Amino acid sequence: MKYVGKAVAAFAVAVMALAGCGGGGDPLSKTDEDTKGQENKSGQGGGEALVVGGANFTESKVLAEIYAGALNAEGIQATTRTGIGSREAYLGALKDGSVDIFPEYTGNLALHYDPDATATSAQGWYDAAKNALPKEFTIFAMAPAQDNDSVTVTRETADQYDLKKVSDLRPVAPELVIGGPPEWLTREKTGVPALEKTYGLEFQGEYKRFNPGLQVQALKNGQIDVTNIFTTDPAIFLNDFVVLEDDKHVFPLSNVVPIGNKAATGEEKIGATLDAVSAELDTETVSDLVKQVDIDKKEPKAVAQEWLKSNGFA
Amino acid sequence: MISRLLAWFGDPANWQGLDGIPNRLLEHIGYSLVALVVALVIAVPVGLWIGHTGRGGVVVAGLANGFRALPTFGLLIAAVIVLSGVFRGKTDLGYVLPTLLVLVILGVPPILAGTYAGVHGVDRAARDAAYGMGMTGRQVLLRVEAPCALPLIMSGVRSAMLQIVSTATFAAYVSLGGLGRFIFDGQASNRFEVMLGGSLLVAALAIVAELALAALQRVIVSPGLIHRR
Repeated sequence: MKYVGKAVAAFAVAVMALAGCGGGGDPLSKTDEDTKGQENKSGQGGGEALVVGGANFTESKVLAEIYAGALNAEGIQATTRTGIGSREAYLGALKDGSVDIFPEYTGNLALHYDPDATATSAQGWYDAAKNALPKEFTIFAMAPAQDNDSVTVTRETADQYDLKKVSDLRPVAPELVIGGPPEWLTREKTGVPALEKTYGLEFQGEYKRFNPGLQVQALKNGQIDVTNIFTTDPAIFLNDFVVLEDDKHVFPLSNVVPIGNKAATGEEKIGATLDAVSAELDTETVSDLVKQVDIDKKEPKAVAQEWLKSNGFA
Repeated sequence: MISRLLAWFGDPANWQGLDGIPNRLLEHIGYSLVALVVALVIAVPVGLWIGHTGRGGVVVAGLANGFRALPTFGLLIAAVIVLSGVFRGKTDLGYVLPTLLVLVILGVPPILAGTYAGVHGVDRAARDAAYGMGMTGRQVLLRVEAPCALPLIMSGVRSAMLQIVSTATFAAYVSLGGLGRFIFDGQASNRFEVMLGGSLLVAALAIVAELALAALQRVIVSPGLIHRR
């Protein structure tokens, strides 16, 4: 028995020692590997490098890498810091200087600061965003790429009821089931209540709440007929879904637009570089970039570098 | 936060309709009871058989305990991906079946273990006396071993009920109802008092279920067994 006891104790010590050697890094840290890269670089010129932030969805991460990569190619030191969660969190980071530039969206940004903002064109929403933005921020030129909320149906449903615009849904809505993210049901201005009010749409039964991961599948399998998919989501063209035209302008138009902390981004060259890149970003391009990360499983940074090279920015 | 929570509980609109607390509570109880009954139907006969004959215990108990280690959420999503493709169109079966499947898998191991251990651990004297009186194997099982095993069987059932009630919140993740609806919707719209309210309701339901089963146990377990302890 004594021998067994010693063996067990020795084994336990060995296990604990091995566990201690294992992976470093704070498991509670929520930001991505990009921040490790940033920590390595901050040694040089302490704080001179610009930080381009990104949210925690693919599109934002890729855009951040693209803007940062373009700046680096122009000799302006830039690193990325992605994985910052919601709008409240990253606008706060932009304000306190932990992030200097952030790829945002015109319409949603405008509504964030001014819930009563309305506009009917991309330029209109850009101006609304510009006006609503706090003084310490600056807004650069917007890209043609738009990522909006949408009312989306399958190709079969669109063909069956001859649907091209959201208004076309009015007579057939009682036969269709609507579903999507839980928050879409309750948002007054841009959610189901707005569809009811502005388009007069009354759908069959209960709204089916799905998290984004299961939403596309539910649409494909017919558990829901109508849902809200963001317009650059590769799922739309991969499944041949049809995005109905928002003819009564319920949804804001959200063009990609970098915003920056005025103090850190005053230099002329920064704005010029960002604008040049934005000019080349259209909806198909952004959609394809997202697809390369989500479907082809490539790294956002690699995808960004490849795009910059083939478009003459790097 | 507490004041918002109290306001949420106090708002009469939250007590009516499809999204109201009573409806979600009923849905939640529904999923839990169906899963528990199915788990009982599967686990009790198997447990009685293993405990009585002493055969197959290692294999079956090992398998059942192995199922305990399955990640519930992962299994749920995997089952939904498969079954919602099978049950297409305007039906919830593609979501209800995976949810029940996952809840039953969660509920079987405790009931099986309790039944098997209960029957196996019946006092030898009682068992010998029964055989001595001329009872057949089945009579011994049903008339002597099962009733004597009831305390352990009930404890397995209570443990299963607790797990099922708390995990039935996942039904809401795959678009169904139940108290999980408050948790996921609250999170999505950044209303944490709704999340908290939902969680408290689940905890309260679990406690009530536990008390109900405890009362049931007092009623059906023979007094002779209780005094022996």
